[in-house]
Order: sequence, then C-alpha cells, then structure tokens
Amino acid sequence: MHTLCTRLLAGCWLALASTSALAGLPIQRWTATHQAEILLIESPALPMVDIQIDFDAGSRRDPAAQVGLASAVAAMMSKGVRAREGAPAMDENALGEAWADLGAMLGASAGGDRFSVTLRTLTMPDVLQGALKLAARQLAEPAFSPEVWVAERARFIASIKEANTRPGTVAQRTYGRAVYGPHPYGQEAHEASLQAIEVADLRQFHERHLQVCRARVSIVGALNRAQAQAAVEQLLSLLPSGGACEALPAVPEVQALTAPAQQRVPMASAQAHVLIGQPGIRRVDPAFFPITVGNYILGGGGFVSRLTEQVREKRGLSYSVYSYFSPGLHAGAFTVGLQTRPDQAAQAVDVATELLKRFVQEGPTERELQAAKDNLIGGFALRLDSNRKLLEQLANIGWNRLPLNYLDTWTDEIRRVTVADIRAAFQRVLQPERMVTVIVGGPP
Amino acid sequence: MKRLLLAGLTACAMGWGLMSTAAAAGSASTDSGIHVSTLANGLTLVVKPDRRAPTAVHMLWVRVGSMDEVDGHSGVAHVLEHMLFKGTPSVPAGEFSRRVAAMGGRENAFTSRDYTGYFQMIPANRLADVMRLEADRFVNNRWPDDEFRKEIEVVKEERRMRTEDTPRALLMEQLSAVQFTASPYRRPIVGWMSDLDAMTPDDAREFYRRWYTPKNAVVVVVGDVEPQAVRRLAEKAYGSIPARAVPTRKPNAEPPQLGLRRLEVKAPAEQAYLMMSWKVPGFQGFNDSAESRDALALTVLSAVLDGYGGARLDRHLTQGADRLADGAGAYHDFSGRGPSVFVLDGVPAAGKTPQALEAALRAQVDRIAREGVSEDELRRVKAQWVAQAVYKRDSLFNQAREIGTYWIEGLPLDTSDRLIERLRAVTADQVQSVAQRYFGQDTLTVGTLLPQPRDPAAVRKPAMPIRH
Repeated sequence: MHTLCTRLLAGCWLALASTSALAGLPIQRWTATHQAEILLIESPALPMVDIQIDFDAGSRRDPAAQVGLASAVAAMMSKGVRAREGAPAMDENALGEAWADLGAMLGASAGGDRFSVTLRTLTMPDVLQGALKLAARQLAEPAFSPEVWVAERARFIASIKEANTRPGTVAQRTYGRAVYGPHPYGQEAHEASLQAIEVADLRQFHERHLQVCRARVSIVGALNRAQAQAAVEQLLSLLPSGGACEALPAVPEVQALTAPAQQRVPMASAQAHVLIGQPGIRRVDPAFFPITVGNYILGGGGFVSRLTEQVREKRGLSYSVYSYFSPGLHAGAFTVGLQTRPDQAAQAVDVATELLKRFVQEGPTERELQAAKDNLIGGFALRLDSNRKLLEQLANIGWNRLPLNYLDTWTDEIRRVTVADIRAAFQRVLQPERMVTVIVGGPP
Repeated sequence: MKRLLLAGLTACAMGWGLMSTAAAAGSASTDSGIHVSTLANGLTLVVKPDRRAPTAVHMLWVRVGSMDEVDGHSGVAHVLEHMLFKGTPSVPAGEFSRRVAAMGGRENAFTSRDYTGYFQMIPANRLADVMRLEADRFVNNRWPDDEFRKEIEVVKEERRMRTEDTPRALLMEQLSAVQFTASPYRRPIVGWMSDLDAMTPDDAREFYRRWYTPKNAVVVVVGDVEPQAVRRLAEKAYGSIPARAVPTRKPNAEPPQLGLRRLEVKAPAEQAYLMMSWKVPGFQGFNDSAESRDALALTVLSAVLDGYGGARLDRHLTQGADRLADGAGAYHDFSGRGPSVFVLDGVPAAGKTPQALEAALRAQVDRIAREGVSEDELRRVKAQWVAQAVYKRDSLFNQAREIGTYWIEGLPLDTSDRLIERLRAVTADQVQSVAQRYFGQDTLTVGTLLPQPRDPAAVRKPAMPIRH
C-alpha cells in the first residue's frame, strides 16, 4: 500500500486528519491460513518489524491448583527446542546465541487474559528469514526439558519468596485475593502451585492453547501485505493447524463485593502501602470511554489528577498516588494506590476515600472534563508515534475485536463524553461503601 | 535482575538514511541529522528531526546533579527539580503541569549524579508553548516556603520507597559510600534522610541561582520539526535569559584505592545479594587515549559476560540443579562526569554462599584474562549493537535522552554514530588485556546483603480482616 508519504503511514494519516475529513488509519486485516487473524500497519521508515501473536492462554486459564502454569510455559519457551527433521535440538544457550547473532529478540509472557509472543527483528532478508525460522520452532516445539524446568521452578519460587518480603508485593497479593475472591484474576503463583506443575502439564497447556486457529497476529514495520502474509505463514508453519479449534471452556465472571473489608498486614517497613478498590469493568463495557475520561480526572492524569492534587501536592503524603481500571475479558479491578509513612496511612486513606466518594457522587466539573478532553484528544498522536506504540494499539484492536476504524473514531468518542455520562458510569460501576482497603506496613 | 547493560552504549544511532541535511545558519549539522547551535547567552540547542509522526519531545538538561552538591546538602539537586514545578510569578504552582496537559502533553523530570533534566512529549505544533514555559521556570522559578515544606515530605516518601524499603538499593547506596572517598559519587542522589530533614527552602533557592545558567544547559528537540524554525523559537523563548558564568567546579578527584574494601548490609530479605565493583576507566572521547580504548574493551567484556541469553555468566552460574546463583550480571559504566566502575553482581542460589559466588564471578573474568574470548562471542555482541542502533530509533524520547547525556558528559553529540565503529574495531586481544589489568583486589569494593527476617513477630501474624 503505497501512499504519497514516505514516512510512517500513521504520521501521514494524522497530518491529513488535522486538515481534512477523517482519512482512515491504514490498518489492513485479513485471515491467513487456518484462521489466524492478521492485522498490519506498514511502517517503512526503519528497516525493522515488530510482530505480536496473542493466544487465549493467559493466567485465567491456569488450573486452580497450578497457578503460574501459563507463565511457566512462557518462561520455558526460551529454554530449548526439540530436534526436528534437518534441525538438531537447541538448548537455551544455543537459542540465546542464535538470537544474539541475528540481533533479534523473541519474548513470551502471560497476562491475565493473553498469552503473548513478541518478535522484533531487522528486515534485511537473511536476518528476517533466520528470525522467523527460529521463532517458528520456539513457538511450536519447545523442549520442556525436565531438568531445566526443575531448576527454573526453583528460581521462580526463590524470587517469589524474596518478593514476599516487600510490603508492596504483600499488598498486591492481599488486595488481589480480597477483590477477586476465587476468580483467576486474583490468584498468584506460590510455592505449592508451582511444585504441582510438571513438564507434562507444560506440554499439555502448550498443545491445547497455542494453535494456529487461536492466533491473533499484529504486525508493524517495513513489510508490505504480501511480505507480512509470508512472514506469518512461516511463523505459524510448525504449529498444529487442524482447522477450527474447539471452544475453550468459559471462565466465570468476577463476582461483585457484597460488603466492605479492610485488611491490615503489620510489617516493620518505612512505608505503608495502601490499595483501595473493587471489581471494575470488562473491556466491552459500553461506558469504556466515560470511564477512561473520568479516571483521567480522578487519578490517571499524572500531576493534574484530583488524587495527586489532594494527597501529594496539598498534603505531601505520598510520592506516588494514582487510580486505574483494568478492563479485560472480565471485570478487572478499579484500584486506588499510594504509599506513605505508616503513621500517616490512616490520614491518607481518609483523604483518598472521601475524595473517591465525592467523585462518584458528583462526577467531575465541566472545567475538569474540558481539561481531560484537551489532554486526551490533543495528545492522541502521542499514542501512535512509534512502531512499538502502534503495535500495542493493533494488538488491542485485534484482541478485543474492536472495529478497524477504532482509532479513527477514538477522539470523537472522547469528545462525546459528558459530565452526566461519567457520573452515571462511576455510580453504576463503583460502590465506595463496599470497597476493599488493604494497608500493609506499620505496627500491628 | 539482568541489567540493561548496554545502556548508554547500545545507544548508537546509525546514519541510516536520515531525513535532515540542511544546516541552520550559524549551526553545525552532522551526518546523523543532529543540528547544534549556541544562543548568544551560551545556551546550547540541539535539534534532530524525526518526521515519522506529528509529535516531538522537548528536553532541557542542566549540567548539575548530585555530584555538584556538598556535604550536608545531599539531595538538593533532586529537591530543586521537584520545586521547579512549583511556579513562577506568571505561572502559579501546578499551572505548568496543567498547561502541558491541556496541550495533550506528557511531562516529567529526572535527576542523576551528573545532570538534572526536564521533558515534555507533545504534538509538534505545541513546541513554542512548552519552550516558553520551560524558559520561564529556568530563570523565574519562585515559590513560598510553604510549598517547599510540603514537597520535601514528598521527597522523603520517595526516598522511603526507592531506598529504605528496597534492600538491594540500600546496599548500592552504602557501597557507593564505601567505594568513593573524595568523589561526590559517594553521596546518594536522593540525599541522606538527615540532610533532607535539615534542608531549608533557601538551600534549594541558592542551588538554583548558582547552577541554572544558560551556559550550563542544553535544549534538545527531537521530532517532527524543522531545525531553523526551532532555532527561531528557541531564540524567542530562551534568548532573553541573561548570561551568567558557570561556577568553578572543584575536581573532587578520587584518590587511588590502595586495597580491598568490604561492607555488609543487613536488611529484611529472603535472598542474599552480592555486588563487586572495580574502579576502571571511562570513555573520554574520540581522542584515542589509552583510557578510552580500555573503556571500549571493558564494555565489550561486560557484553561477553552478560550481553545475551547463554552468555558466560548465565551459562556457568545460573543454570542446572547445582547452580551457584539465581541471577548474575555484569555492567560497565561506560561514560560519565565522575569515575567509572565495572560491576559484577549476583544472587546466590539456595544453599550457596556469597563467598562462593564471589569466587565464581571472579573466576569468569580470570578465565578471560587467561584464555581470551572467541571471535564468535565478539561477532555476537557486535551484531546486537548494530541491530540495537536501529531499534532505538523507534523512540523519540530515547534519541533525545542519548543526545542530552552526551552533551552533559562533554562528548561529541554524534557519539552514538561513531561509537559503533569503535566498538566493532575492538579485538579479542584488547578484551583479554583489560580482563588482565583491571580486576585486581586493590581497586575492588565488595558489598554483601545479609538477609534478615523482617520483624518476625509482626510478619508471622496472619492478616486480620477488620470490617468497618
């Protein structure tokens, strides 16, 4: 897709958009062999490409007794590949060397919803071919060596024990359990859940979830559509592709809280870590935009949010204070967080709680709404000004099945939000009288 | 725990078809598309067009950091950075951030040992506006004592978060204090708590008056901009700031270390942590001095040890059932205003001692000193740098940060372009030679974090749910 511009197409589009009627961001979407969905933005300015493959294999798919399984599979994908016809097995060191020789990088990680594999490589033909070939093997044929897994598991457990000595980690874990109850979003890997994972479990999880028909592929870089198609074919060529995938079991929704709860974990630390919140919204919630704008005003907008103004600027109580929603396939949490000297924790909780109550009751002022829109709309281009950021946007569109013109209408959606929309959304979603408050640190 | 070890070094942009060639009047431009000029008051302006999207990053760097503080005043450079958000006669406290937000911008600031920096990421057509705001606070920053009293508490919370509740950061802080005697690098950037307690509003004001002078600062703009137009905007915004001499700096040269230094830090943790830090040369520029040549070789050495998955430290220390470490790293401070160090660090695996890990880390360097490195290893680390040089051009912010850092260190602004060629020229013999010469006992400081239970009585109590 050649245009008049030789720079990044998104840049062209933005320049056009500011002077004329909306031209579409040139996103191409098609379905490749065996139902893998591909989204592409051609970005020829730099001789590189970023590719992300997402699978429905995040930690919400961990069995209850094996929390950490998805993450373990992700970690083990770089620890060796099996032998195949014409290609000997490679251990983790051989893989590390091969990637370094190419100057390319392959990563795998498991979030709550998504299992993501990312590749960044130069697009010189020999480098690109080498990277795709190696990535295809790692994607499809990880060795899952028992000896390596035992050592990795021990390292994993040791790092969890270390992290559990920190007030911040303990606060996160306590808060997750309190907000999500038994839902997988609130589960975190621990020693017993990792000890329960054997190599056969890694293999089974991998086989079941990493299939071509489940893959959503996002590409940003110096590849045209034909090249992108060829790259994806090669990347996925070794994965099982027996037509349509069987549906995975439904994961239950997050349950609403029925009563407020406060949990204090005493700990001799320099600061108390405070987390306040409850289940929030799913990504498909119709109030996504009012929630986005509202949270910017409440605690998302850097130095200019209400929380920063009241907790940090006016009272000097915390270096960092924020609020955020985590919309996912399920209702991810709404969270207010801060850290403060333990003897100030009660005061900080009061200030944040009062502020939150009032915001839910009254919503923002017209002036705050305008300031939020100025920032979000004015700064829209900053969400698209690198390949990395474009990839994130593409993967978001692909994963959440958003319309292809999602980015074209984004600023309009923001512009349309009213004070009443925000008030209604926050009143429907948030119940300040039934939130979880976790305070970790300070004397018992 | 693997560090971003190529930091400052991987940072090497290649001249891969850059867009801008025209030099602004009275300024110099290089093949790398970097345009440098100086305003009449001594302020340096650097512009690098990158027109992939209609955005820009604007940074102002001052060549003053914690290394320019004196005893009793540690942390003042960083506190002042916070205070620069607290207003001017024409822009009241908080208004700076509100205005940048209204432009759609994102902003923050940072302080290190060597510098203080302020930045805004903005739609490119708002450049004039942020320049006006930044120039205003550079010369007119004023605030009542009460603003200081609140903000100093915020900074103490920052110290509690970053250092006091982070055992490995505590070890690093104490290690610097032991490793350096005369060099101001011995003081923490955030400051000692008692210095923060004792700091007065006038301490910050005095530091501002002393160091915030145009000759001591550089403005860096990267993005969808035209160099001559930026020069005109800069003249207008910054040109009227009066010139003032930069105060004389004392060398504070670190005397030679004459023997091994050891320290222990006891802090709440589960795992021990070991840090070995040698005083080594840093890069001085393209003068082909022995020091600079060695600095290049030391950086290659760090990459051979820990530059990729399967590099020597990983392969020999962190794998298998009988591994010595759960993590191990190597890092060379390539360049800076103060002394450079080479660090080996690691987390002993369960049942292994810090002493055993210390010996094993040393043995890895000793082996290179004896046997050298392979051509494969050299080729590998160099291939990574070449690729990184392309990847990092995906970020406007990183490009601007790199330019700012080079200016602060007095290095040529196109250092990144030239560095990659120098690195590629480093030979296996040079790497072996630095491994032989710089890793003796006498220039080494070893710090060990000894894990302690955190107030066992309190920790073991189960979480007590309290309904309200």
